[in-house]
Amino acid sequence: MTVKPRKPWAPNRKDRVRTLSVLAVAVFGAWAVVSFTGLSGKIGFIFSFVLIYTLVQAIVGVRLRGSKALGDTVAQSIIYLGSALVFMPVASILYMTVTKGIKGLHFSLFTASMSNASFLDPVGNGGLLHALVGTLYLVLIAMVVSVPMGILTALYLTEIKGKGAGFIQFVVQAMSGVPSVVAGLFIFTSVILVSPLKTSAAAGALALAVLMIPTVTRTSQEVLLLVPTDLREAGLAMGATQWRTVAMIVVPAARNGLITATILGVARIAGETAPLIFTIGGADKLNMNPFKDYQSALPFYVWKGLTLGTPESLQRAWTGILILLILVLSLFVAARSLGGRRMAK
Amino acid sequence: MTTETAPSSLAGVAASRSSSRKPGTLPMGAGLEARGVHAWFNKHLALRDVSLDFGFGTVTALIGPSGCGKTTFIRTMNRMHEFIPGAAMAGEVLLDGKDIYAAGTDVTKIRLQIGMVFQKPNPFPSMTIGENVLSGIKLAQLKVDNKDDLLEECLVRAGLWSEVKDRLGAHGGSLSGGQQQRLCIARSLAVKPRVLLMDEPCSALDPGSTLRIEDTIGELAKTMTIIIVTHNMQQAARVSDYTAFFLSDGGPGQMVEVGPTSEIFSRPRDKRTENYVSGRFG
Repeated sequence: MTVKPRKPWAPNRKDRVRTLSVLAVAVFGAWAVVSFTGLSGKIGFIFSFVLIYTLVQAIVGVRLRGSKALGDTVAQSIIYLGSALVFMPVASILYMTVTKGIKGLHFSLFTASMSNASFLDPVGNGGLLHALVGTLYLVLIAMVVSVPMGILTALYLTEIKGKGAGFIQFVVQAMSGVPSVVAGLFIFTSVILVSPLKTSAAAGALALAVLMIPTVTRTSQEVLLLVPTDLREAGLAMGATQWRTVAMIVVPAARNGLITATILGVARIAGETAPLIFTIGGADKLNMNPFKDYQSALPFYVWKGLTLGTPESLQRAWTGILILLILVLSLFVAARSLGGRRMAK
Repeated sequence: MTTETAPSSLAGVAASRSSSRKPGTLPMGAGLEARGVHAWFNKHLALRDVSLDFGFGTVTALIGPSGCGKTTFIRTMNRMHEFIPGAAMAGEVLLDGKDIYAAGTDVTKIRLQIGMVFQKPNPFPSMTIGENVLSGIKLAQLKVDNKDDLLEECLVRAGLWSEVKDRLGAHGGSLSGGQQQRLCIARSLAVKPRVLLMDEPCSALDPGSTLRIEDTIGELAKTMTIIIVTHNMQQAARVSDYTAFFLSDGGPGQMVEVGPTSEIFSRPRDKRTENYVSGRFG
């Protein structure tokens, strides 16, 4: 005798038909409003769709489950629509980037730099290898500098709670509001002008680290606070020092959150252009030394293409954005899979 | 030594309890009935084919070692099981003869009638004692004529009134563990459920608080059906009219035996039940 598992709580066919009908009614109603009243255009459509959808959904909910369902259905449709509204710009940016950028894709993009080509040349000339290498250097060095610093600061704030905690908390908060161009100027005046480290990828990475540290710190702090006090006490109660407890229990427990903190930090800086203007110089040729000489970066390459404004240079810019998007996405996927591996049960 | 004396003393406890109180009888179709309930977590079958009747006004204890599906079972009784991602079930749970899993059933109405008290006391931290008790009324948007009367009634029935009547405005977190659990019981009573599911309600409490909650259960059983999961066999013997023994032999949990509590503790039909209640394993 075998019994089949079922999920009576999942929407059944009738529920799905009902959902689709409500959607259809709302689309049709919105279309009617746009066609026959003064409310027209895309905005008018979306507005009347939202209104009609919420209304119909509420009527259906009340008819099925009584007046108490009113709040439930209205809140639900607002949340659905809200998430759709958030998703739309993302989808539209992705669509735009992919469709526009894909036209400029060719193999020599990844093998050539712009040393023998101009932005005004036909799109097939030259490539963005120099910018790709530059961005990789920038992101990696900025990570090496700011992830340990950010996590250690967060540990100071959550685990040690030393005397300076209040002040550091304040500084971190203030730092997260620093305009990115100021970070570039800061490194330019305090490092490039006075130290042996001149305009280079490393100098740019330092400027990016100024922006990345507060993001990593604040996110790490939040996830470390989520680690239950019981766990810390359990470690300490076995005679462990605070350092061993933090390193072997607290940080591993917050591991996934700390990876998220890193990802958010990278997301914060990967597309920054302004801090790089004073710090990396913006080379057109490949430079494999991150500590010396002018360097390029993908956002810088995109910025250059956009400012020139010819059809060829604009095409290069769109392709640069697409490559940057793919690069950042693959960094995220890599971080997630590397970090998530040991967490699988 | 304790293993030798345990069964007879438990049987004694159970017998004295059964003689003192007659379980309510109910017309056909009323009360709560589980019919062939199975429960899965993803592909893992956690509970196989449990059929049990809970008559109105009875207290049923579910006993068995950890991991035998007791908690999973009571969570299927008020549709809390489905909150776990990947959960699935089979079978029927009938309340007054109507399947609570039938299509078109309003889950919130089911849970209004089948309340639940959890293992850990969980008063709402942002609310005062009084607000906690009446929270169900607000959450379910119910109307009551006299909130003060209801508040007092619930706290009296939960055996907490005399201890908190002068500080109803204090926060629930300021109470002791046992008081918090009685506050949670009072809270679940406010919406007037017909069935109360209790998942090891005393496991985190001291003996005094436990006894007080057991008294409360005895009081409540006059007007509602109670299903209590417990690891404490003394408790099962003290509070319940019927006892069901659950067991997992490494596979899915199953119900081995159910019967009047006095019989389960004095002359169980199944050898495994006897071993468990006499403390020889589990």
